[in-house]
Amino acid sequence: MEQPEQPAETPGETEEQPPETPAEPGSEDLRIGVFVCHCGTNIGGFVDVPSVVEYTKTLPDVVFATGNLYSCAEDGLASIRDAIKEHKLNRVIVASCTPRTHGPLFQGVCEEAGLNKYLFEFANIREQCSWVHMKEKEEATEKAKDLVRSAVAKAALLVPQEEMKVDVVPRSLVIGGGVAGLSAALSLAGQRFDVHLVEKESELGGFTRNLNSLYLGEKSAEETIKPLIDRVMSHENITVHLNSQVGDVSGFIGNFDTTIVSNGSSQEVKVGTIIIATGALEYLPDGLYGYGMYDNVVTLTEFEILCKSHKLPKVNKVAFIQCVGSRGQDKSYCSRICCVISIKNALYLTEKYAELMGDDGAERVEVGVSVPEIASRRRRRRRMAVAEGAGAPAAAPMGGPEITIFNRDVMTYGANHEVYYNEAREKRIRFVRYTPENRPKVTQEGDKLAVTYYHETLKTERKLLADMVVLATPLVAPPDAAKLSKMLKVPIGRDGFFLEAHVKLRPIDFATDGIFVCGTARGPADITESVAQGLGTASRAAIPMARGFIQAEAILAQVDPQICTGCGTCVANCPYGAIRMTEEGVAEVLAAACKGCGCCGATCPEKAITMMNYTDDQLLAQGRSILQGAL
Amino acid sequence: MSTDIMVIGGGIAGIQASLDIADKGGKVYLVEKTPSIGGRMAQLDKTFPTNDCSICILAPKMADCYSHPNIDVLTYSEVMGVEGEAGNFKVKVLKKARYVDEAKCTGCEECAVKCPVKVPNEFDQGIGERKAIYMPFAQAVPRVMTIDKEHCTWFLKEKCGACKILCEREAVDFDQKDEEVVLDVGSIIVAIGYDLWDPTPATEYGYGKFPNVFTGMEYERMINASGPTGGEMKRRSDGKRPYKLAFIQCVGSRNPQLGHAYCCSVCCMFSTKEAMLAREHHDDIDSTIFYKDMRAFGKGFFEYVERAKNDYGVRYINSDATVQENPENHNPIVVYDVAGRPEKEEFDMVVLATTLIPREGAVKVAEMIGIPLTEFKFFESKDRILAPVDTAKEGVFLAGYCREPMDIPESVTEGSAAAARAVETVLAKGVSV
Repeated sequence: MEQPEQPAETPGETEEQPPETPAEPGSEDLRIGVFVCHCGTNIGGFVDVPSVVEYTKTLPDVVFATGNLYSCAEDGLASIRDAIKEHKLNRVIVASCTPRTHGPLFQGVCEEAGLNKYLFEFANIREQCSWVHMKEKEEATEKAKDLVRSAVAKAALLVPQEEMKVDVVPRSLVIGGGVAGLSAALSLAGQRFDVHLVEKESELGGFTRNLNSLYLGEKSAEETIKPLIDRVMSHENITVHLNSQVGDVSGFIGNFDTTIVSNGSSQEVKVGTIIIATGALEYLPDGLYGYGMYDNVVTLTEFEILCKSHKLPKVNKVAFIQCVGSRGQDKSYCSRICCVISIKNALYLTEKYAELMGDDGAERVEVGVSVPEIASRRRRRRRMAVAEGAGAPAAAPMGGPEITIFNRDVMTYGANHEVYYNEAREKRIRFVRYTPENRPKVTQEGDKLAVTYYHETLKTERKLLADMVVLATPLVAPPDAAKLSKMLKVPIGRDGFFLEAHVKLRPIDFATDGIFVCGTARGPADITESVAQGLGTASRAAIPMARGFIQAEAILAQVDPQICTGCGTCVANCPYGAIRMTEEGVAEVLAAACKGCGCCGATCPEKAITMMNYTDDQLLAQGRSILQGAL
Repeated sequence: MSTDIMVIGGGIAGIQASLDIADKGGKVYLVEKTPSIGGRMAQLDKTFPTNDCSICILAPKMADCYSHPNIDVLTYSEVMGVEGEAGNFKVKVLKKARYVDEAKCTGCEECAVKCPVKVPNEFDQGIGERKAIYMPFAQAVPRVMTIDKEHCTWFLKEKCGACKILCEREAVDFDQKDEEVVLDVGSIIVAIGYDLWDPTPATEYGYGKFPNVFTGMEYERMINASGPTGGEMKRRSDGKRPYKLAFIQCVGSRNPQLGHAYCCSVCCMFSTKEAMLAREHHDDIDSTIFYKDMRAFGKGFFEYVERAKNDYGVRYINSDATVQENPENHNPIVVYDVAGRPEKEEFDMVVLATTLIPREGAVKVAEMIGIPLTEFKFFESKDRILAPVDTAKEGVFLAGYCREPMDIPESVTEGSAAAARAVETVLAKGVSV
């Protein structure tokens, strides 16, 4: 394993070689060589390869053309290598399959023969010709000739390109000190990178600090995560910034300039990569099911805080209502983890009932919920309407609590969650399904809360008198996510959570290189999932830092500052945040971040942007050539 | 001491883990039991919730993995024994003879055209056929043929040899032998994925008895354009396409009687996807999904189900369901209940979302390495909360479905997570390197 301090050359990446004074278009003799592949019968069975070869020999500047049974086999590659040397070829075309799988192979052969790899051009006569024209052999042969001719037209205009190397600072910024951020920081430190961990609160731990118990653990939430926090606090590679926020970020992968603001003072830190682990908040269901109106209607997190601070009032009948504010009631999404959290709390109440109800000798709150922590928490998030008519709950008879969970679908996915659900049912926790058309209603009835619901099987309205109603509300993106999104130029989705680069295969990356996302900042997730994502981002972020450099694309955008009017269209259209405006008011491409996608080039109203290796001249020549017969 | 890392299993979790490690400069041995990497994802037609073509997004990753200079991909190979400890494992790997020289074969498949032996294609769940010398699927990596010794006439009767005669590159080698190698690695990642449960024993669903009852994976292969039916849904009884499709969820799963008390985590979504794809193939097809709980819990999943209902006319019925058959036309009849009232409805085809179970080989792998399994025979995490991808044995990590039922992005995430932990381990152990 290579150490980050001494980034070695990644094997397979050849040292940059000065190209052998390749021919500039028009300046020197073009010597184009074309290799037409049979691919066994894949091409040869449908395209008359010898005829394509003979035709190719008649094209301008083509000095050598031949057929190959298998261009990609070792002997096929050797024949290309030898021909480049023997015939002094300075442009090479292989007419075969797809650049996606075979481009690097043939480019490598060119380099081995001393030719800049950007002087290689592909003509796809398999996927784009023989495979789709198996029943039209003559036409397939003609099309193969057209494709080869257009490749020759483009190859004549190719110029050598160089890939730039940009150094990467082996230091990472992790924003957010919850379990996801903590896991990411610790793993990065374990991979021997410096980490700056920024937490806006005065303590590490994030949302988990609100929680009482954890559903897979024996210990309390706080005790469970304490070792993780301790390891982060004591790790020599991690600098923890509490009561801090990220003030500003500029730059690009490998070289981000960040400002960390703590208690009014600010500190500049240069980092190579950034991990977003800013977490989520609990949705407050104002106006739903009597929340804010009746004291004993609480959210799931408030219920946990009551349990944790030993201030749960005497309750016997408890109703949990799932999907409050989610799945179309306000937010469109399912919050994934609330079902299992409700089950956890129902089981906790069942198992610790005697203790929670005062049999342990501790002093109890007898009347309503008047816990300062919760009151201040609610005040902090919004001004609350004056609660009305909250009565004292009746003293709970000793014995077990009666718990009902009103749900739409119980989302206990996977092995562990489902086992937990089964356990809850065995312990007599009632699950009652409701539909969005017939939601339960919560009203006050004497000193009880009345939950009126529609029984789907009996087709009738029923009433349940409860001492407490617990509302399972979704996780929502914090308001400052939008600010961070703008600062880092990474997207957030419709639901307010950060939007990954690809929903399937790049779940914790952004399209912008060097920035990653984990935990509930990217969407609802439980602690285990947040940890896995935190570790995942630690792996992703470590890649450029372990290598120590970014091999920038050679195929990138280039701005002509003489023509650029500084309109900013390109900056707005770049999906990778790879263009910025200079102080002179012209656009500038950040080579390390540019992917060469061409969005800027296509939209520049002044045509001031050229896409290297896909210049207008090259593409027009290719287009004209392919239409030659038709025009 | 070794700083190399072994990844067992070449599915998407193993591929991601390998690429992450290799991109950091680490040397990886990726050991895959079958002739090609790609795993389950390669078999799927599309992926939820975007309906992206599965192999189209996977194939580039497979190519990157195979061509990566730091990754040694050992396909058609199995781990036979593990000794040692973190930083210093010795892993015995059996490289099975494929009777084709990997260096010479270009995968032109001309030999398969001439091979006279037809065998049900396991990649297509036995719906289509392959030859005794075969490429497991069109996008297989590496593009190298394999001879199935169990069926090849040369090995059975010393006759034929057509492939050997035909191959101009002389890649066919009947004398090739199994080879055993011992590899030194500092860390091991287990990512062996899942098996598909055969629902035949659960007779209430009629699989194996009623011809028009299919499993989800059989259906995936049928609707795939490069699958055995060229993308057509075909009834086994008469080869006709269906007009009315029923999907039944939780077949074998969430069912302690069958030993699969857990939820597979992905079936609600893949059945929703399969019902949507049916409508994309034929706009006069109607689908009904019978479910216990519609577990659309991931990012964009609930919205996806809403889209299936509203834009694709998929009908969702919250009920257990069993299958009977109309003997006259072999139409399956689904028996279910609504609010306690039994109902029956005839369909043209039934697709069962069967349990995705731990690999048969998981027990052996666990024993060889010395790591525990859970009650369901998934690999057990060291700590279910804070160390999900770690195991009880230092230096051995987990990724993907073999640890806990999960979908593709979660498997990718865990592939990366396991890569991070493995790299941490070899760095800590190999200080002197």
